[in-house]
Amino acid sequence: MTWDTIAKTDAERAYAVLGDPGAGRAGFDWDQAADMLDGLPGGGLNIAYEALDRHVAHGDGDRLALRWFGKDDELRDFTYADLTRATARFANVLMASGLAPGDRLYSLMGRKPELYIAALGTLKAGLVFSPLFSAFGPEPIRTRMEIGEANAVVTTESIYRRKIAKWRAEIPSLKVVFLVDVDEAPEGCVALGPALAAASEDFEVAQTQPEDMALIHFTSGTTGRPKGAVHVHKAVYAHVATGRFALNLRPGAIYWCTADPGWVTGTSYGIISPLVNGATLLVDEAEFDLDRWYGMLQREKVEIWYTAPTAIRMMMRAGAEAAAPYDFSNLQFLASVGEPLNPEGVVWGKEVFGHPFHDNWWQTETGGIMIANLAAEDIRPGSMGKPLPGIEAGVVDTESDPLRECAPGEIGELALRPGWPSMMRTYLHEQVRYDKTFRDGWYLSGDLAMKDEDGYFWFVGRADDLIKSSGHLIGPFEVESALIEHEAVAEAGVIGLPDETAGEVVKAYVSLNPGYEPSEELERDIRGHARKKLGPAVAPREVVFRKTLPKTRSGKIMRRLLKARELGLPEGDISTLETDES
Amino acid sequence: MTEDDIKAAFLEELISVAPDLDAEDIGGNDHLQDDLELDSMDILNLVTALHERLGVNIPEEDYHGIETLNKAVAYLAGRLG
Repeated sequence: MTWDTIAKTDAERAYAVLGDPGAGRAGFDWDQAADMLDGLPGGGLNIAYEALDRHVAHGDGDRLALRWFGKDDELRDFTYADLTRATARFANVLMASGLAPGDRLYSLMGRKPELYIAALGTLKAGLVFSPLFSAFGPEPIRTRMEIGEANAVVTTESIYRRKIAKWRAEIPSLKVVFLVDVDEAPEGCVALGPALAAASEDFEVAQTQPEDMALIHFTSGTTGRPKGAVHVHKAVYAHVATGRFALNLRPGAIYWCTADPGWVTGTSYGIISPLVNGATLLVDEAEFDLDRWYGMLQREKVEIWYTAPTAIRMMMRAGAEAAAPYDFSNLQFLASVGEPLNPEGVVWGKEVFGHPFHDNWWQTETGGIMIANLAAEDIRPGSMGKPLPGIEAGVVDTESDPLRECAPGEIGELALRPGWPSMMRTYLHEQVRYDKTFRDGWYLSGDLAMKDEDGYFWFVGRADDLIKSSGHLIGPFEVESALIEHEAVAEAGVIGLPDETAGEVVKAYVSLNPGYEPSEELERDIRGHARKKLGPAVAPREVVFRKTLPKTRSGKIMRRLLKARELGLPEGDISTLETDES
Repeated sequence: MTEDDIKAAFLEELISVAPDLDAEDIGGNDHLQDDLELDSMDILNLVTALHERLGVNIPEEDYHGIETLNKAVAYLAGRLG
């Protein structure tokens, strides 16, 4: 069925920071974002200064910056002045530990206040911050620390013991391990709490320059190792402007981003953008829980809410009745990202919360929101919206040489004109892979899309084999590599299957080594092995056995064919098929 | 069903969803997500498996009723009783 356009009310339009999107797009260039920022007093640009110190300098130090809820309902408030001091302490601890500007600090922990302090304290000290998802298994953690040559990590005692300690000595770059939850650290580690308490709360923000490296976000590739996308301090131009245009962030707005900082959304919009814009950021340490979330929206009078399709679909499963007892009248703007939000979800927002969800599109490489449904624009449910001011997007035919822009309604690869401030500057140690993402003056996103007659963009699918599960981008190669480390597994092919809650779930096809027979017990053993290595978010939910997997002449497993057969779709071009599935 | 039967059934389905766990290592008060590191998809899969096995449909708002082994046994016993 087709869905009716959702027309915005006058009140919804009036709430928009970008009241006239058409004029905003026509009249914007990125130099204007500089006017939304201060710059360092002595010259230069630093994300942490823009997020914290400058608000204190403007006399807004008493405004609430971060309200944190622990799993056990503990509540901690931090004003802008509190966070400015706490991050200064953290920066002093880094310097005292022998770290220097340019060094890379990784975080690997749940959503505790120390995570937020570490992120901004790292940037303040001129070090590079790289967040990892704390539910990763040891293997993805180690790979990412190797690629990024981690110099320090901030984590918990339990995560360190279970996932890092064993191989720590094999990462020669890793100098310091900070543990946030102990008073006395084991040998070779630093207890962060006592170190912070002893540190000075004065610190002169590092004189970073706009093009200095600030963040490394890892993202999965179809083949090979994960890619470390590098972002620079100038990305804050995009953090500040897109937060206003796409999310309506403003000083004092009560804002809840449910994303974990282990993923790019949770850093760009779960730390930096709201603080740069002077908003009040809410953080819940706990995972999704229906009543907890509804309770949070009501009690905290949340105004702007940025969440993800998987969570929205879980709320929908529980039905509108579960939401009925709650008062959501403070909500003004709802947004969603991670994977396309189905039209039902967009409309459901309007029915239950009084406003539709505004889907938007961007990726690790873009560093910030690129295409979005806006408060002052009508929504076509299922569409990702239109490009933000400063962003030129297109749909291109990559088969033609040079690239050709597709006609309205024609499917092609979603592409962007390079040059926006939060564009990745390289993939670490992989310049060739980086260069390959640009062609004929376009950045190629790897997503397939189409643009309609009126300029709305619609997501169609991935151009490659990457899997989108619960908003996480999963590289099949990384999963396959872990599977074949199991003694029974000879070969593995991994695909994503459509799932009504998670978007896609990971499914693996394996062939066995001689001497092993398929059994339920072996299936579990292989899945258990993968979960230990990769963590639950990345490991396959289902493993099936095959005698052989479909392969090309060069021996590459044809994931596309596995998927087409699983879904009963046309098999397409199979001229390169050498060995078929059996 | 006795509580022991329920406990055995719950553990079996839990291990089936998360085979990285060992039944003997699971404490009665271990939190499925915080301590045993299940994610929300695991919880959904567990709920589906319990529904199929025991015929108990666990609504979203009752998920905290199965967040530990001990709580789950009590909750399921109540629903089955």
